[in-house]
Amino acid sequence: MHRVLGDRRAIALLLGPALLVYSLIMLVPMVWSLGYSFTKGNTIDGFTGNGVANFSRLFDDPAVRDALWFTLKYAVIVTAGQVVAGYLLALLYVFFLRRASALIRTLVFFPVVLPTVAVGLLFQKFFQVAPQTGPVNSLLNAVGIDSIDFFGSSGSAFWVLVAMDIWRSMGFYAVLLFAGLVDIPDEVLESARLDGATGLRLVRHIVVPLSLPVLMSSLIFSINGTLKAFDSIVALTNGGPGNGTTPLTLYMFQTSFTYSDYGYGSTIALLLTVVSLLVSLVVYRVSRRDLTEG
Amino acid sequence: MSLRMPRGRRTRLSLFTAGTASLALLATACGGSGGSSAAPDNFNYLSVTENTTVKTALTTLSKGACKPANDALPLKVETVPQASLDQKLQLLAGQNALPVQFAAGNAPALTQQLAKSGKVADLEPKLKELGVLDQLEPAAVSTIKALYGGKLEVLPYEYNIEGIFYNKKIFADNGLAVPGTWDELVSAAAKLESKDVQPFSASGQQGWPLTRLISDYLFRSLGPDALRKVADGQAKLTDPEYVKAADEVAALGKKGYFGKGVGSIDYDTAMNQFLSGKAAMFYMGSWALANISDAEQNKVGAANVGFMPFPAVAGGKGSVDQYPSNVGLGIALAAKSFDEKTGAWVSCITENYGATALKDHGTITGFKVNTEVKDANAVTTQVRDTVSSSRQNVLWFEALFSTKATTISQTNAASLVSGSMSPQQFMQTVQDALAAQ
Repeated sequence: MHRVLGDRRAIALLLGPALLVYSLIMLVPMVWSLGYSFTKGNTIDGFTGNGVANFSRLFDDPAVRDALWFTLKYAVIVTAGQVVAGYLLALLYVFFLRRASALIRTLVFFPVVLPTVAVGLLFQKFFQVAPQTGPVNSLLNAVGIDSIDFFGSSGSAFWVLVAMDIWRSMGFYAVLLFAGLVDIPDEVLESARLDGATGLRLVRHIVVPLSLPVLMSSLIFSINGTLKAFDSIVALTNGGPGNGTTPLTLYMFQTSFTYSDYGYGSTIALLLTVVSLLVSLVVYRVSRRDLTEG
Repeated sequence: MSLRMPRGRRTRLSLFTAGTASLALLATACGGSGGSSAAPDNFNYLSVTENTTVKTALTTLSKGACKPANDALPLKVETVPQASLDQKLQLLAGQNALPVQFAAGNAPALTQQLAKSGKVADLEPKLKELGVLDQLEPAAVSTIKALYGGKLEVLPYEYNIEGIFYNKKIFADNGLAVPGTWDELVSAAAKLESKDVQPFSASGQQGWPLTRLISDYLFRSLGPDALRKVADGQAKLTDPEYVKAADEVAALGKKGYFGKGVGSIDYDTAMNQFLSGKAAMFYMGSWALANISDAEQNKVGAANVGFMPFPAVAGGKGSVDQYPSNVGLGIALAAKSFDEKTGAWVSCITENYGATALKDHGTITGFKVNTEVKDANAVTTQVRDTVSSSRQNVLWFEALFSTKATTISQTNAASLVSGSMSPQQFMQTVQDALAAQ
């Protein structure tokens, strides 16, 4: 076996096809896209090089600042919500519902399998003010509060978006974290209880440290997903009102395909790539340090 | 064991790998040049989902007057949502795969760009050659030329003027006369609001029904060339007299004259609000006559609907007989597939479309009506008379803007009337988008 793996030609043959496919469908488009960020133009007029003008424009563009800020805010809040809600649900499954949790797990998981666009429309109807009063506003009216136009200002639209995305995906994180929790040996929990650790103390000192690896994977999953959020936002608000809920992904999409400014669009895409990379590295670093200590 | 292969096999393998790689590269590199002009197999027509009139009327023609043309080159309709039309056209143009006939982009700027690269047929010489140029209404031709840099680049499947449709019964019940000036319009709205009648219905989701109010105010206060000056850089939207227009429209929203949640009202809902008598006034183009004439949609009855021009602004340079007009979503023809068979279709359309659209759909087009058609109702007659007597046309807010500025203007309009964006901010945002390109 060692001789086979020591043979360069064998390595080339075994890795070759995969590397080729990977290069063609991942690396080539990435480099290609990077190349576009030094150009100006569109598919109709053709492309001409314009040096680093797109990059300097990136730094001056207030819309990019808004979109970046929105993306980060959204990623942090939704990630926190998803993982915390998921973790609480997982704790609920393991410690309170125990064996009877299958039905609840299924119900909470259900929104995960729904198409995002359907969920978006559902929430639109749920929070709408006109032409019909949605259930949320009806409830507000019933307790004597005037209807609120949730999608009329970027502040309230943002919170509807956050609520929707947490609702939609907490079931997934609950199941993921549940798998981590059931892995904790019963003997460990038992002995901790004998030592007098109950309730919150048990969770804080035994359960959380022991489920940290899966908690970290959830965080990485979640933050990468939310940084790249696109479909749920398009379905619910389409970036509006104005550009109040426009993340980098949507701004990139609009710039490239609606305003047909492909060069600048791929510069924005590059920014998003760098941000995702940095955030992943940070989370990865933190998780490694914690693991060695724990 | 060491991994060895017979030489022949290795060569074959590397050849295969190289072949696959080059094929894949070829696949990724394709898309630039589409080659020589191939004659089309169908009269492909790319339309927007929202517009059902053109495709229905064309289908009617393909079975009737245009049957010979259709036998030679069968009509084939494909639709995309209007919001993704520009993207689709840009991609198709990039692949040199534009259909024979297609709805031109949402901003005339895109069609002009296509024309500049020779992808859109210049229709004036073509129609002259076919001997049907005189089948187009001169007013429609001049509107198209104003939009498309002096060239006839699209066919006027619609010819619309815009103004305010109002509910005669609601006006009579509240003792209101047709407002002649902006101030009278605002006070009429105030009176309606005080009687719990929603004064206007408008779609903030679409945005343009709101920005049209701004441009009309500008045309009345600063004159017909108000926006031409902005496009030419002689004036800015942030100039105080321009901001004033946004200010006036924002004030209507602030007082709640557009009803609740205007930002989430879509086009159909706005139309429905007016046609079910829930709103007294509706700023819209004459294409709405199709809905007004339809007894199923129109619950207040066509006899109850009146049409008034956008009112005058006191001391303004414009006048009420300057009508905002447009050719709807113009329909362009691809240059490379314009051959004899396409020509037969085009001649047949120019000769017959006007009458068909008016008879079947009650819509006014830029084609001459060659057979006598009785109007469906009084308001249609009123609008047709206005079209034929109007002396000067003006465009709309985004007519001379880039695609980007158009989108920015329309997506922010709801924020302007809901008060989450100040008039100054709104005009600044649009002006910035204009300056960006």
